[in-house]
Amino acid sequence: MSSAPSFSGRVQQAFKHRSFAAGAVIVTLLVFSAALSLFWTPYPVADIDIPNKLATASAQHWFGTDSLGRDIASLLLVGSQNSLLVGFIAVGIGLGFGVPLGLLASAQRGWVEEVVMRVADFTFAFPALLSAILLTAIYGPGLVVSITAIGIFNIPVFARITRGAANAIWSRDFTLAAKAAGKTKWAITWEHVLPNVASVLIVQATVQFAIAILAEAALSYLGLGTQPPNPSWGRMLNEAQSQMFQAPMLAVYPGMAIALAVLGLNLMGDGLRDLLDPRLSRTR
Amino acid sequence: MSTHHASPLLSVRNLRVALQTSHGQLEALRGVDFEMQSGETLGLIGESGCGKSLTALAIMGLLPDHASVSGSIALHGTELTQMSEDTLCTLRGARMAMIFQEPMTALNPLHPIWKQIAEPLQLHQGMDLVSAKARALELLDRVQLPRARERLDNYPHQLSGGQRQRVMISMALACQPDILIADEPTTALDVTVQKEVLALIHQLVAEDGMGLLLISHNLGLMRDQVERVMVMYGGAVVESASTKDLFERRLHPYTQGLFAARPQLGLKRGTRLQTIAGNVPELFNWPKGCAFADRCAYVKDSCKQGLPPIELVPQIVHVNESKDKDGGEETDKPRHLAEHWVRCPEWQKLEAAA
Repeated sequence: MSSAPSFSGRVQQAFKHRSFAAGAVIVTLLVFSAALSLFWTPYPVADIDIPNKLATASAQHWFGTDSLGRDIASLLLVGSQNSLLVGFIAVGIGLGFGVPLGLLASAQRGWVEEVVMRVADFTFAFPALLSAILLTAIYGPGLVVSITAIGIFNIPVFARITRGAANAIWSRDFTLAAKAAGKTKWAITWEHVLPNVASVLIVQATVQFAIAILAEAALSYLGLGTQPPNPSWGRMLNEAQSQMFQAPMLAVYPGMAIALAVLGLNLMGDGLRDLLDPRLSRTR
Repeated sequence: MSTHHASPLLSVRNLRVALQTSHGQLEALRGVDFEMQSGETLGLIGESGCGKSLTALAIMGLLPDHASVSGSIALHGTELTQMSEDTLCTLRGARMAMIFQEPMTALNPLHPIWKQIAEPLQLHQGMDLVSAKARALELLDRVQLPRARERLDNYPHQLSGGQRQRVMISMALACQPDILIADEPTTALDVTVQKEVLALIHQLVAEDGMGLLLISHNLGLMRDQVERVMVMYGGAVVESASTKDLFERRLHPYTQGLFAARPQLGLKRGTRLQTIAGNVPELFNWPKGCAFADRCAYVKDSCKQGLPPIELVPQIVHVNESKDKDGGEETDKPRHLAEHWVRCPEWQKLEAAA
């Protein structure tokens, strides 16, 4: 009889999974650079150095400088804070509201499920960008508004996926057995359904995290997200656009940062999907 | 173990369950009547889809949302069908418990088994985790799970089917309920394990003085396990008798067909088992009358008009006159205990033919 795998055993197993390992390394790098930028950057991000503007990569400026002479490496580092912040809060909003709604719909069924899901469909029908623009039109542009908009977009995503996964759990015998033991459906939801849908939610959270980073970049690019002087990868892209032909690398660096972050999160999500699902093969 | 001698342990009267489906309202149970006394063991037999499990779920109040119940189910005289979900939750697991067919799926894969056994104890007896775990060990010992102490922290996937079913049994018995409903508890198990598990249930039920409602489609199993058997067909009980009596004479054509179809030791090699000609009617196309009418050799016109009434079969064999439990009652209701009754107007012909 094998015993349940220990925690360290699981970690070992996780790092044998190639895409999970690669994703985890990238995500760790992202988190590390965000943490680092809180107290150290190569140059102060707001320092303008006009004589040195549009410098190419060198030992002084690893990735060169932008049209105002600001250090690109510093901007990228500080910009990662922004992306992580958006990801965490937007996914947090989605989980915080979407999961309870999905669990409620699944536990109650009937008209409650119908109402929750139709409202979710309705919200889902609005693209995140459109609702962000709508909110910006009302409250003015800014980080808070864009995070809220992305978060609201996440609610129906999580509500739907939770309800679908929870319905599958409710159809299994152990929920019936728990009912037969006298548990209320709320106790069963908490003790049996939620733990069994958690893996699906974790995977979805990483995917939504990546989507949130992309959406924030898009909003900032449009000038609706993070406002100057706060650095953001999306706004760096926007500013690079006017010098596309003089200094193409200005667009390449933040573009690569966004792509790398999204890739890392998706790889990690993919790996988690395999690792958390006992039915799929363990190594890939 | 119950002190409510006035009313029977379980009384089911004219239980009807209708399912709302895309085919419209389907009547899946068409009036089930029976009664159980404390400590009595009752078998419910019939083929798939005849309503056995539905009857069990109706008693537990666990029917799906699209089912509507009418009739009466009373536990110790307390009506269950009108009870609120909250009140039912205090009864389930405490006064009445159920064992399911599939031990593979009836345990939560994410919790160690002791936690799942502890759940009803914490819920109904307010035990703390430590004493609940200690009690879980006692229960596992009681269901004869080998090396129970080591297995407390095991997860369901680390146990075999028979071991899991033992865990399920210990969960069901945790709070010493008055009635245990076992819905085909051994169907998913290996044949060699089946007998062990049934013997275990039999023993535990006798020890605790519980009532047992055993659901199965296996006649052979019933013989040793229960005192009385009800045969179900097409959403109604068609024949009810003490096990001994039923194995001596079967007075409903379906029961006869069922007995004729069972494999027996001593059959000549190459003998084909008998079958019952025809098919079970589709649920959305159930006849108004006896559901067996289309397959019955004794069918009369009246069989197709409506469900044949219950007819009492006089007791010939047992000259046991001590059944004064419902002696003075009006006699238009079936007197259930140890009586032999049948829903067939032609039962006398069948008896003569047998």
